[in-house]
Amino acid sequence: MSSEHIDEASGISTTGHEWDGIRELNNPLPRWWVITFYVTIAWAAAYTVAYPAWPMLSSATRGVLGYSSRNDVKNELAAAEAAKGKYVAAIQQKTVSEIAADDGLREFAVAAGGATFKVNCVQCHGSGAQGSKGFPNLNDDDWLWGGEAEQIQQTISHGIRYASDPETRQSEMPAFADVLQPEQIAQVSAYVASLSGPVRDKTLIEPGAKVFAENCAACHGENAKGGREVGAPDLTDAIWLYGSGESAIAAQVRAPRQGVMPAWGARLGETKVKELAVYVHSLGGGE
Amino acid sequence: MRFGTEIVALSVFAFAALVAAGFGVDVPFRQHMWVLFFVLTGFTAILLRNTEFKPAAPVDPSAYMDGPIRYGAVATVFWGVVGMLVGVVIALQLAYPQLNIQPWFNFGRLRPVHTSGVVFAFGGNALLCTSLYVVQRTCRARLFGGNLAWFVFWGYQLFIVMAATGYLLGITESREYAEPEWYVDIWLTIVWVAYLILFLGTILKRKEPHIYVANWFYLSFIVTIAMLHVVNNLSMPASLLGSKSYSAFSGVQDALTQWWYGHNAVGFFLTAGFLGMMYYFVPKQANRPVYSYRLSIIHFWALIFLYIWAGPHHLHYTALPDWAQTLGMAFSIMLWMPSWGGMINGLMTLSGAWDKIRTDPIIRMMVAAIAFYGMSTFEGPVMSIRTVNSLSHYTDWTIGHVHSGALGWVGMISFGAIYYMVPKLWNRERLYSLRLVTWHFWLATLGIVVYAAAMWVSGITQGLMWREYNEQGFLVYSFAETVAAMHPYYIMRAIGGAMYLAGTLIMAWNVTMTIRGRQREEQALAGSVSALQPVE
Repeated sequence: MSSEHIDEASGISTTGHEWDGIRELNNPLPRWWVITFYVTIAWAAAYTVAYPAWPMLSSATRGVLGYSSRNDVKNELAAAEAAKGKYVAAIQQKTVSEIAADDGLREFAVAAGGATFKVNCVQCHGSGAQGSKGFPNLNDDDWLWGGEAEQIQQTISHGIRYASDPETRQSEMPAFADVLQPEQIAQVSAYVASLSGPVRDKTLIEPGAKVFAENCAACHGENAKGGREVGAPDLTDAIWLYGSGESAIAAQVRAPRQGVMPAWGARLGETKVKELAVYVHSLGGGE
Repeated sequence: MRFGTEIVALSVFAFAALVAAGFGVDVPFRQHMWVLFFVLTGFTAILLRNTEFKPAAPVDPSAYMDGPIRYGAVATVFWGVVGMLVGVVIALQLAYPQLNIQPWFNFGRLRPVHTSGVVFAFGGNALLCTSLYVVQRTCRARLFGGNLAWFVFWGYQLFIVMAATGYLLGITESREYAEPEWYVDIWLTIVWVAYLILFLGTILKRKEPHIYVANWFYLSFIVTIAMLHVVNNLSMPASLLGSKSYSAFSGVQDALTQWWYGHNAVGFFLTAGFLGMMYYFVPKQANRPVYSYRLSIIHFWALIFLYIWAGPHHLHYTALPDWAQTLGMAFSIMLWMPSWGGMINGLMTLSGAWDKIRTDPIIRMMVAAIAFYGMSTFEGPVMSIRTVNSLSHYTDWTIGHVHSGALGWVGMISFGAIYYMVPKLWNRERLYSLRLVTWHFWLATLGIVVYAAAMWVSGITQGLMWREYNEQGFLVYSFAETVAAMHPYYIMRAIGGAMYLAGTLIMAWNVTMTIRGRQREEQALAGSVSALQPVE
C-alpha cells in the first residue's frame, strides 16, 4: 500500500496513502511554528513559577512574585480609603453649608456625591439629574421642598411620603373630584394654565380665579407661587411635574398623584447623604 | 412491515408524553410535554401513512448510506436560517428594547434559542451530516448499524425542538450553552452515545488500512462532547414529573465545571469538529494533497491535550483560586500554535492551486473560513491574558470574538462543505448558481466585518467606561450611561448580522434549486475577474 508517490505540482513525496482521492504530503513542521510553540511552552512554564499555579495537597504554589488577586484588591481599596480619609473626616464634622462654603471640601463632596448619584439616583432622576415625568429635574431652581443645602439633605435623608421613616416629608393634596363640580375643575384648570401661558377659553379664567382662592390658595399661596412647607409646587412657572396644559392640570386636580422618594439616610449613611446634598446643591439651582 | 417497530415505539412515547402532560407538577413542564406529545404523534402519523406491508427491499451493503446525510444537509441550512434570524431579532431587541415580547419572546428566552440554534442546531447538523459523509468515503465502508443513522438524525432534531421550545417556555438550567433541563439532557445523552457507536462502528469496519485525519478530529469531538455533556449536566431532578433540577455542583466548583464545559464546547464542538470538516472538504475542493501529515498529527494531539485545561480563563478575577486562573491562562497561551497548525495545513493545502481563490467561490469561502479561524484562535489566547481580560471580560469584545469564530470560521467552512456536498448527494452536475455563491461570500464576509468591528469598538468602549475613575477616585460613568453609549454599535451589529443572514438565505435558495435539479443559465465566472469585487 505504502508505495512511493511524488506530488507533481510541488515535487514533494506523499505518505503513500490515499483516502477517497486525498493524499498527504511529507512536508516537515514549519520551523517558525515549532519555535513559536516551544517559546509559548517555555513562557507558560516560567509564568507558572512566577505566579500561583501548581496545586499541592492542601494549597497551591504561591509563585515567586507573591501575586494574589485578593491582596491586590485589598491594597487598592485601602489606598483609596486612605486618600479620601482626610476629606471624609472633615465632612463628618461639618454641616452641609459649611462643606459647600469650603472650596476643597466642596470639590471632593461634589465628586463623591456625583458617584453616589450615578449608582443610586439616576434610575428616577436621570443620569444628568434632568428628571422625567413625575420625577423632578434637579438642575433648575424650582424646588418643591426647598433648595438650601440643609433642606436637600433633609429630603435625601428622610425621603418624601416614605411611610417607614417617621421624619419623612409629608403632605397630601386632596382629590378635588369629590369637592368641586366638573365645570369648576375646568375653570380652575384654565385659570392655573393662564398663569404661565395662553388658554383656549378666556371666559373660564375669572371664575377659575375665584375657585382657586377658595380651594387652592391655602397651600399654593394666593399668588399661586407655591408653598414649600407642604411641598406645594409653584404654579406660575412653566415647570410641570405631571404634564402641562389644561387637561393635565385638570387630571391632577381631580385625582392628584403623590410622588414618593425613599429615605436614603439609613441606607447610605450620613456622610454619603451629605456629599449627595452638596452635589445636588451644586447642580445649578442651589439656594 | 415497514416502520413497524418505529411506529410502536413512537406511539408508546407519545402516550408517555400525554401522561406526563396530565400529571406534571409544574405548568411549564406540562406545556413542554404537550409539545412533545404533538411532535411524536405527528411523526407517528407520518410513518403510518408511509408504511407498507411488503418485506423491505434489500440494501446493497457496499453502497454508501446517504439518506440521513441528505436530510442533515437540508436541516443544516434550515436551522442556520432559523438560528441566524433569531440572532438578528435579539440584536434588534438590544438596540430597541420595545421589541421584547413578553414573556415568550423576550431577550432572556430568545438568546439561548439563538446560541443553541446556531451552535447545536446549525453547527451540530453540519457536523453530523459531514462526519457521516466523510467517514464513509474515507473508510470505504457503509455506515454501521443499519438504521442507527436515522435514529441519530431524528433523535438529534427532537433534542433541538425540545431544547428550543423549553427555552421559550422559560425552562432553563441557566448554564450557558447547556440550558436544557434534565430530561432533554438525558435524551441528548442517548442520541450522542448512538452517534458514537455509529461513527466508531463505521471506522472499525473500514476497508482503508489507516484512519484519515478528518476522522481523528470528528472522533475526538464526539467522545469529548459526550464527556463534557454528561459531567456538566449531573443534576438531581426535583420531581420526575417536573422541569426543575438541581446541579450536583455548587459555588465556584459549579462555575468551574460550567466553564470547563463551555470552553471545550468551543474547543471540541466548534474547533475540532470543524477542523475535521476542513481536512476533508478543502483538499477535495482544491484537488490538492494535505500540506503536511506530520503537522496534522502534532497539532491534533497538542490541540486536544491543551484545550481541555484552558476553561478557567473564563473566570479571571472571580472567586476561582488564583492558581487555577494562572493555569487556565498558561494553557491558553500554549494553545496558540496547536490551533494555528490547522490553519497552516488548511491554507498550505492550496499551494499549487492558489489561483482557485480567484476562480472558485467555494474555495474562496473555505479560505476566508480558515483566515477567520486563524484570527480568532490568536485573539482567544490574547484575551485569556489576565490583564487583557480585566478590560475585555463581560464586555461586547467577548461577543465579537465569539462571532468572528462562529460566523467566520464555523459558518463559512460549513457553507463551503454544503456547497461541495449538495450536488454530489443529489447527483447534480453542478450547483444551481456559482454567482449566487459569490454573492453569499461577499454578504457574509462584509457582514462579519461590520459585526466584529462594531463589537470591538463597543466592547473596548464599555470596558474603558466601566473602569474610568476621576482624579478623586470616583467612578466617572453610571452603568446606564455605558449602555446608552452602546446604542450605535448595537444598530451596526444588527446590520452586520442581517447581511450575514441575507447571505444564508441566498444559500438556502441556491441549495433548494440545486436539489430540484435546476441550473441557472449564467456566464461562467471568468478567471480574469478581480476577486476583490462582487461579480455583476
